[in-house]
Amino acid sequence: MRTLELRDLGRVTYSDAFALQKDLVQKRKLGAIPDQLLIVEHPHVITLGRNGHLTNLLASEEVLRRAGIDFHPTDRGGDITYHGPGQVVGYPIFDLREWKRDVVAYVRTLEQVILDALAEFGIEAGRVPGCTGVWVDGKKVAAIGVHISRWVTSHGFALNHTTDLTYFQYIVPCGLTKPVTSMHELGCDARRDEVISALARNFSKHFQFDLVSRDRPVPELTETF
Amino acid sequence: MIDVVMPQMGESIVEGTLTKWLKKPGEHVERDEPLFEISTDKVDTEIPAPTSGVLQEVLVEEGKTVAISTVVGRINEAGGNGASAPAPAAAKAAPPPQPPAPAPAPPPRAAQPSAPAYQPPPAPQPPRATQPSAPPPPPATPQQPQAPYGEIESTNGPLSPLVRKMAREYGIDLRQVRGSGAGGRITKQDLEAYMSAQGARTMAQVTPAAPSTQVATMPAPPQPAPAPPPSQAMTPIYTSQQAAPSVPRAEAPRARVEPMSTMRAKIAEHMVLSKRVSAHVTTVHRVDMTRVAKMRTRYKEEFERRYGFGLTFLPFVVSAAVEAIHQFPIVNASIEGTNIIYHNDINIGIAVALENGLIVPVIRGADEKNIVGLQRAIVDLSTRARSRQLKPDEVQGGTFSITNFGSFGSVFATPIINQPQVAILGVGTVEKVPVVVDDAIAIRSMAYLALTFDHRLIDGALADQYTGKVKSILENWSEEVL
Repeated sequence: MRTLELRDLGRVTYSDAFALQKDLVQKRKLGAIPDQLLIVEHPHVITLGRNGHLTNLLASEEVLRRAGIDFHPTDRGGDITYHGPGQVVGYPIFDLREWKRDVVAYVRTLEQVILDALAEFGIEAGRVPGCTGVWVDGKKVAAIGVHISRWVTSHGFALNHTTDLTYFQYIVPCGLTKPVTSMHELGCDARRDEVISALARNFSKHFQFDLVSRDRPVPELTETF
Repeated sequence: MIDVVMPQMGESIVEGTLTKWLKKPGEHVERDEPLFEISTDKVDTEIPAPTSGVLQEVLVEEGKTVAISTVVGRINEAGGNGASAPAPAAAKAAPPPQPPAPAPAPPPRAAQPSAPAYQPPPAPQPPRATQPSAPPPPPATPQQPQAPYGEIESTNGPLSPLVRKMAREYGIDLRQVRGSGAGGRITKQDLEAYMSAQGARTMAQVTPAAPSTQVATMPAPPQPAPAPPPSQAMTPIYTSQQAAPSVPRAEAPRARVEPMSTMRAKIAEHMVLSKRVSAHVTTVHRVDMTRVAKMRTRYKEEFERRYGFGLTFLPFVVSAAVEAIHQFPIVNASIEGTNIIYHNDINIGIAVALENGLIVPVIRGADEKNIVGLQRAIVDLSTRARSRQLKPDEVQGGTFSITNFGSFGSVFATPIINQPQVAILGVGTVEKVPVVVDDAIAIRSMAYLALTFDHRLIDGALADQYTGKVKSILENWSEEVL
C-alpha cells in the first residue's frame, strides 16, 4: 500500500521550506517517512535554478530588496522564477523507484495533475512542447522545477492562484519571454483550500497512491528514549 | 578503473546534459556519494558514484550534452594505482593524488547504511589541512625543471597570473598538475589539490616520528592488491595502521565513529539476548487475503470519513491472531525457569519502525477490541511512537507480538522473538497474484504469514495449527467491520 502524506504548511519562507525539504528528503531516503506532498505559500521571493542565468533577473538585488523581495539561488532544475502570496506551491518528496524510474514521465505527470485540477475549475489548460509547465492560451499558469537525488524528488510546481502578476516584471520567468497568468485572472474564484484539495486528489490519482493522510507529525531524528 | 556513464533517467530519455561535477579530478569519492549533476527537462539530478576511489579523469565537461551510456569520467578504485594515470609527461614522477591511508576500499555493503546521511564534504581546503607549519615544504620529489608556460598553455589553455605566481613560489612543475577548468585549464584549486597531495607525501617522507610501517607504504606503490577480498578489508585498521591518525590527511576519512544511541544499544542487547535465550524456528503459511481486501476496500473511505484514519490489513491480522490464541493459549505464554506462565490477558505488541530504531508498543486487552478499536489503537500507538510520546507502560506487558514488514514491501521475513514472549507473527506484503482455485487460475490478494516461535515451548505441529487457524480466520472473513 502506498501512502501519501499531505502537509499544508501555509506561509513559509523559501529558506525554511528549503531546509524542511532537505530534511524530509533525507528521511525519505532512509525510509523513515512515506512520500510527502508539501503545500506552501512563500513570501515574495525570486529563486534561481542551478542552470539559471542571472541575465534573466531584470532588477538589481538592491531594487528587489526595496520592493521587499528576497533572492535565493537554489538547486532545482529550470531557470529563474518568482514565488509569492496567492501562489499554491507544491513540493513532492517522492521516491520515484516506487512509481517509475523516469524523470521525464514524472514532470509530464506533474503537469497532468495540474491540468486535471484546473479542469475541475473549468480552466482548459495545456502543454507547450519544449516548455515545461502548464499553459493557458500561451500564458503560463504553473511553473515546474525539480531536483532529484537518488530517485527522491524535491522542489516541484508553483501554480498561480491569486498571485499578483506584476511581480513577474522583475524577471524573465524561466528564461522565457512569455507572459504569465493566474487562475484569478482567468476568471476563476475558487478558494485556496479547494485548489489544494483538487491538486492533492489528482496527485494521488495520477501517482497511484492508496491513501492520503493529512498533517501527521514528522518523526524527529532526535532521541528521547 | 571504473567507467562512470551518463545514466538513463527514464524510458524516453536518450541524452542528458552534464551540468556540474561535484568532484574534481584527483579527489576521492565514496561509493554512492553525489559525483555529478545532470539536467533533463527542468529536472536536476544528482548522480552518485558507482564505486569508491579517486576520480581519475573527467571526459565530459560541464555544460555538454551527451547520449546516455556515454562514459563521462573514470574512477580509479585502487585509489591511485597509476598504471594508466593520464598525467601528461614525466610519468615516473607524476603520482596521481592518492589517499594517504593504505586501507583498501571498504566493503561496498558496509558503506551503504551511512551513505544516505552523508553529505558531500565541502571543497577541501588543502594547504592548511596538510601543512601545519607556515611555509610549504618544497616537493619531496627531485625538483623538476619547470616547464615553459608556453608549452602548458598550448595544451591546457592560458594560465592566470595567480597560477603562475603560485607555481613559481612553490616550485611546482605545472606539467604534473591536472587542469580541471575549461579545456583542461589549470586553476588555483588544481594547484592547491596538487600541493595537498604532494604535502601529504612530503610529510610522510620527512617526518621521522611517523611509524615506519606507515612511512614505508607511502612512496612505494600502493600496497593493497587491486581488489582485496571483503573479509580482509577491515584488518589493516587494527594491525599495521595504529598510527594512521597521525598522518595528515587530505581526504575525508573512510569511516566515521559514532556512539550508539541508547535506543540502539538496547535494541542490540535485546536482539542478541533473544537469539541466545530462545530456540527460534519460523514457519510460513500462505494466506488468501482477498475477502479481507474486499472488506477493507469497502470500508476504507468510510473509516477515513468517520474516524479520520484509514483501514489497513493489520487490524484484521491482529484480530485473527487474538482469536486463534484463544484456541492455542500456549502461543501467548512465557517461560520462567521451568514453569510455563499462561497469560490471561492478551496484550499484542505491534512493532513500529522508527527512523533509526524500533519500538514495540502494546495493545492491551486486544481481545476486547473490534476492528475499529484495533485500527484506532494501531494508528494512535504508532503515531505516538514516531513522535516519541509513548508512556513507559505502553511498551511493557506484551504477551505476543506482530510485525508488519509487509508495509515495507517484504514478502516474508523471519522475525526475532520479543522476550519474554514465545512467538511473533510477521505479516508480509499483500499482493495480487495468480493462484490456482478449483483448478482454474484466479487473481487473489495473497500474503505470507511467518510465525517465529520458541521451540523450547512450542512444537512445530502446534505452531502450524496455530498459524493455520489464523489463516483460516482471515480467508473466511465475513464479519462486517462497521
